[in-house]
Formats: sequence, C-alpha cells, structure tokens
Amino acid sequence: MDDTALLARLLDGDEKAFVEIVMRYNESLTRVARYYVGSEASAEDVVQETWIAVLRGVDRFEGRSSFKTWLFRILVNRARTLGVKEHRIVPVDPLTSDRSVSPSRFDQVGHWSEPPVPFTDAIDDGIVNEPIIRMVHEAIARLPEAARAVVTLRDVQGLSTTEVAELLGLSEANVRVILHRSRARIRSEVEANMQVGGS
Amino acid sequence: MRVTPSRLVCQQAVELMSDYLDGALSWRDRRRLERHLAECDGCTAFLEQMRVTITASGVVTPDDLSPEALSTLTELFERYRKSD
Repeated sequence: MDDTALLARLLDGDEKAFVEIVMRYNESLTRVARYYVGSEASAEDVVQETWIAVLRGVDRFEGRSSFKTWLFRILVNRARTLGVKEHRIVPVDPLTSDRSVSPSRFDQVGHWSEPPVPFTDAIDDGIVNEPIIRMVHEAIARLPEAARAVVTLRDVQGLSTTEVAELLGLSEANVRVILHRSRARIRSEVEANMQVGGS
Repeated sequence: MRVTPSRLVCQQAVELMSDYLDGALSWRDRRRLERHLAECDGCTAFLEQMRVTITASGVVTPDDLSPEALSTLTELFERYRKSD
C-alpha cells in the first residue's frame, strides 16, 4: 500500500495505518536525526516528537509535497533545534577525502590491475537477492553520520539530490560527492564480502 | 585523423559513475565515459555493481516493532489523534 492510501486510512482514524507508517520510516528518521543530535537517545526523542507532530498535523498536510518530504522536513526542523541546544557540531563527512576505489586496484597508468567482476546472481528478474540487500544495509549502517544521512535520504528513501541538499543544508555538489564516495564504499564492502563468502 | 579529446583511464572513469547513474554528468563527460565503457569490461562491471548497490539500498524492509514500542505508539495515537 502506498503512502497516500495509508494516510487516507490514518485520517479515518485507523490506528493500524499509523503503526504501518511508523514501521516504514522509523529507522530512516532515526538515522537522519542522528546527523544533527549527539546520541541515539536524543535521536529517538526527536523521532517520537516527529510522530506526534504528524498525528497533530496530518489534517493540514495538503499534499503539495510528497508525504515523505513533509515527514523528513518535520524531523529535520526538530533535530536541528535540539542539536543547537546540545551545542552539537554537525559532523563533516570524513569520506570526502577518501578515494572511491583503492589505488592499489589500478596500475601506474590508471587501468584496472584487479578489475571488478559482476556480482554473480545479484539480480533475478530485476529483483536484487536477499544477501546483497542485507550486506548493503549493514554497510549503510556503518557509514559515518553525514554519509549515512545522505544515503538514507537519497538511495534508501529515493528523495532527489535537490531535496536532500535542502534538508541537510548542504550544497548539491557536496551531496553528490558524499553520495558517490558512500556508494563506492558500500560497493567495495559488498565486493569484499562476496570474495570471502563466495568462490 | 580526428583528435580524441583526452581519453579516460579506469581510475578516472570510476569517479564519474555515480553522477552518470543520476544523470548529473555534463554531455561531454557522459560521452567520454560511454566511450570508455564500450571498451572496458572492468568499468562496465563496476558500473553494474554500483547499480545493484543503489537498487539494494532502496529495498526497505519495514522495521519490526517491539511490544513496548507498539504500546507507546498506541498511546500516542489515542492521545493526539482521537482527542481532537
């Protein structure tokens, strides 16, 4: 069921619809909140406040933005306020100085010396297989906070680069750099896992 | 003979992959990358791996909630939804 249908049920007073929406977004909200606040506990508080704001304000949600964008905007506003109160310094992304692929994989001219091989059996009929999904999500959880927030909004939740930049107060160029390094890091973790597990 | 404007090596090509997949490359860079991909299996595999990574990121399995979390939610719902 899509968000719009769930929202309609929520407006009708259906508690199950609310629980379902929470299950869908809770983890992503917590990860993004963590970018702004100093601890997991604070992040969880912000997420709870966000759900209260949703329950109170959903009647006024006009559907001019997607529900998702509206939801993350509520979260970010609250997380940012709490972060300021906590005197938290928003983390800079340490990945930006990283190479996306280890230089040891290339020869002196910059050609692959150890070329990647396609992830075998990664996709059946356009559906990515379960172990890869798990590996990818574990790798996302291990990313530094800024990178994790960017990947969560862009690749996990599918917001546009422009929306992500706006929500996190970053430039679009910066979002693109962080995104690239993060995806490359996730890719290389999966690759390393496959080499251990596979062949 | 036509002058080929600076050909990419693999180490440069990988840096363009994410923007390529997001449609954020300039026309010129896109052409350079596609030309490189046409003759490089390693980079083609890399691109495919990036694509799989992104697709897998977008597969969200709903969080299971603990009984405590569920009862907190019910409470919130009762308090903020029904009392209005």
